[in-house]
Amino acid sequence: MYKLLLCLRYLRSRYIALASIISVMLGVATMIVVNSVMAGFSTEMRERIHGLLADIVVETSSLDGRPDAAGHMAMVQQVAGKYVEAMTTTVEVYGMLSFQYHGEWITRPVTLIGIKPHEKAKVGPLIDFLQSYKPTIVDGKIVRPAERSADELPSWKLTTSAQENQKLWNERQQMLVESFSDLDGDDPSSPEQPAPNSEQNDLDPSQPVPDVNPFDAVSFDDAKETNESSEGFLYVGLGLISFPYEDKQGQVQTMMMVQPGETVAVSTVRASRPPEATHFNATVVDLFKTGMSEYDSNLVFCNLEYLQKVRGMIDPTSRVGNITSIQIKLKDFADAEQVVEQLQSIFPPGIYTVKTWEQKQGPLLAAVEIESAILNVLLFLIIAVAGFGILAIFYMIVVEKTRDIGILKALGASSAGVMSIFLSYGLALGVVGSGVGVIIGLLFVKYINVIESWISWLTGRDVFPETIYYFPEIPTAVHPAMVIWVSAGAMTIAVLASILPARRAARLHPVESLRFE
Amino acid sequence: MIHMKIVVDTGTDSAAGMTANRQSAEPCRQTSSDATTNGTIKMPSSQISTVAIEKSYRKAEHKISVLRGVEISVRKGEFLSIVGQSGCGKSTLLHLLGLLDPPDVGEVLLDGERIDDLPAKTRDQLRNRVFGFIFQFYHLLPELNLLENVTVPLMIRHTLLEFWQKRREVRQQAREIIAKVGLGHRLMHKPSELSGGELQRAAIARALIANPDILLADEPTGNLDAETGQDILDLLISLNEQDRLTIIMVTHDESIARQAHRIVRLHEGRIQTVHKDGSQR
Repeated sequence: MYKLLLCLRYLRSRYIALASIISVMLGVATMIVVNSVMAGFSTEMRERIHGLLADIVVETSSLDGRPDAAGHMAMVQQVAGKYVEAMTTTVEVYGMLSFQYHGEWITRPVTLIGIKPHEKAKVGPLIDFLQSYKPTIVDGKIVRPAERSADELPSWKLTTSAQENQKLWNERQQMLVESFSDLDGDDPSSPEQPAPNSEQNDLDPSQPVPDVNPFDAVSFDDAKETNESSEGFLYVGLGLISFPYEDKQGQVQTMMMVQPGETVAVSTVRASRPPEATHFNATVVDLFKTGMSEYDSNLVFCNLEYLQKVRGMIDPTSRVGNITSIQIKLKDFADAEQVVEQLQSIFPPGIYTVKTWEQKQGPLLAAVEIESAILNVLLFLIIAVAGFGILAIFYMIVVEKTRDIGILKALGASSAGVMSIFLSYGLALGVVGSGVGVIIGLLFVKYINVIESWISWLTGRDVFPETIYYFPEIPTAVHPAMVIWVSAGAMTIAVLASILPARRAARLHPVESLRFE
Repeated sequence: MIHMKIVVDTGTDSAAGMTANRQSAEPCRQTSSDATTNGTIKMPSSQISTVAIEKSYRKAEHKISVLRGVEISVRKGEFLSIVGQSGCGKSTLLHLLGLLDPPDVGEVLLDGERIDDLPAKTRDQLRNRVFGFIFQFYHLLPELNLLENVTVPLMIRHTLLEFWQKRREVRQQAREIIAKVGLGHRLMHKPSELSGGELQRAAIARALIANPDILLADEPTGNLDAETGQDILDLLISLNEQDRLTIIMVTHDESIARQAHRIVRLHEGRIQTVHKDGSQR
């Protein structure tokens, strides 16, 4: 009883113990904040890395691909059907994207992926990244609502604004052609470019103006279907056709070089021997932004049938196109390793590779994990430093309390009892310190973006610039297990640090401590 | 005559509890019962006594002998004062009697049983139940108020749960004892808010709440002016007379010492003279 009472009284009356509480508190709060931000970063990172990747990807080693998409899918279905939620076949190939900006041709290396958008949308979160599904926001206000509703399946259909862009672009091209009509055919791309678009123009009047109307969409899709193999349509990564800049107010703005609806040139390689270059014009239907620059400034999605046709991947007799990869979405990603093993048994290595998205992005994920592990070790050292602070302060308190320890012993307190006063004192410091630390840490995490903007205002410079970190806000994720581990660790350290002073107190000789004045 | 009476009085609860922890107590008891059955009482049976105790301290390389074979015997209900110059070993003797320190040589006997070589836990319990301590510098715990200070021995005795169950009883008991020493109006005061005399009264209350058999007082008046000191001494005398509490008091003040039943004079670690009751050695 006296142990508890004295321990509480010492806690209240020893202001020096407040120093240990504060050091424990700061350590715990820092660990929680850093861990939450790290966890937020890594989940956000994982999400972004996962982004456009399907859970499991079966790829052919050859860019020419393998025939018989339906047969491959049937094989997957047979072996791992119960785990598979959806899958789609794609063609992946390297290529170049060229477009004109301010009269100059800009060429970018890209990875060209032929997809069927409605199937692709089932294996990965495609809709989340397409810009036409998002409202345009300027300064926190919606200046234009989303052009497509979220329940509309992605397709190669142009939005109203894209159609307007297309019209403008075509007029501009027409003017250029007319102005250069004297210099007949000096630019090989100019006469070619309007050609496919004039086809598109012919089609335009047939399109109903509010083409988001779901009832019209059905009939329109049929018309589109026939069109899809004869014309190129693209989803282009935002990073490929835009660049960030700071305006006069210091705000980061994105300058678009190509708008949806405009036509760009794509070059790639045919699936023939020897490989020969080929190019085609394609209409940019939509832009996507995953937040992961590796994807945003590298990937271009194209309509599968057209890509297969252009690359000569369609068997002239059977009319079946080759594919280079199967993207699979699992019902539960926990089964991934098992499914990979099963798929590896039917798709011989060397011709195919079967990988989960984590394996595909292994080094990046490992780097994030190692980073957070090292940070945790370093931060735990902070709490260890606090522990040594407790040790020193407790030694002082034991010396200060020598006489009281003598009295307690004279009144019949055992050495173990005296020891437990200081051990529970240490525990109490740990509990109070980590308790307050947890509260402060969690509050800090909750209001981290407010604090960030406040510090930015105070120091006059952006602490967390979006141009560097790609995140508009500091991402955080609080895992309860982490909070429990951190506070338990802090309490353990506090108790461990108080063992030495407590033992010293327990060993004090009552007579000598009573003589101590 | 008195000795006979004491034999009857001894064997308190605590002493009985203590024997359970000791086998060597048996032969000792055997001899004393032999003596009584023979009808010839040779050894005066005392409540607490020492047998040829020696104690020395080491200071660097010098060995300082403090007690050199002291034999002392106190009967139940006796008020004994130990006097001597500073450094003569009188405080050390008191500490040895109260089990705060073990003797180098010799024995400490309580009701005829050796107690100085008991296990630490038993000695802790004896200190808590049998002995009450009063110190020259009062030694109250500065963080606790008067009521809490007085209840500390009971807090030590009981576990948290027991104390919680008995808290009302304990508090009532503490109030009564504090009233008895005349501090009823100071219950919630911290030691820093009390005067020297009040502090010593509080210390006496703390010693009394454990309901001890023997009160060990180390210069209880040493830090007080003559008048307050006399008040404290009167309190001790009344406790001795009314409650038949055995009191062993160390002092260097002859006028204080003279008010006890018996004075033992220590000089350089040996008993020099014995006053009043005489016939110790």
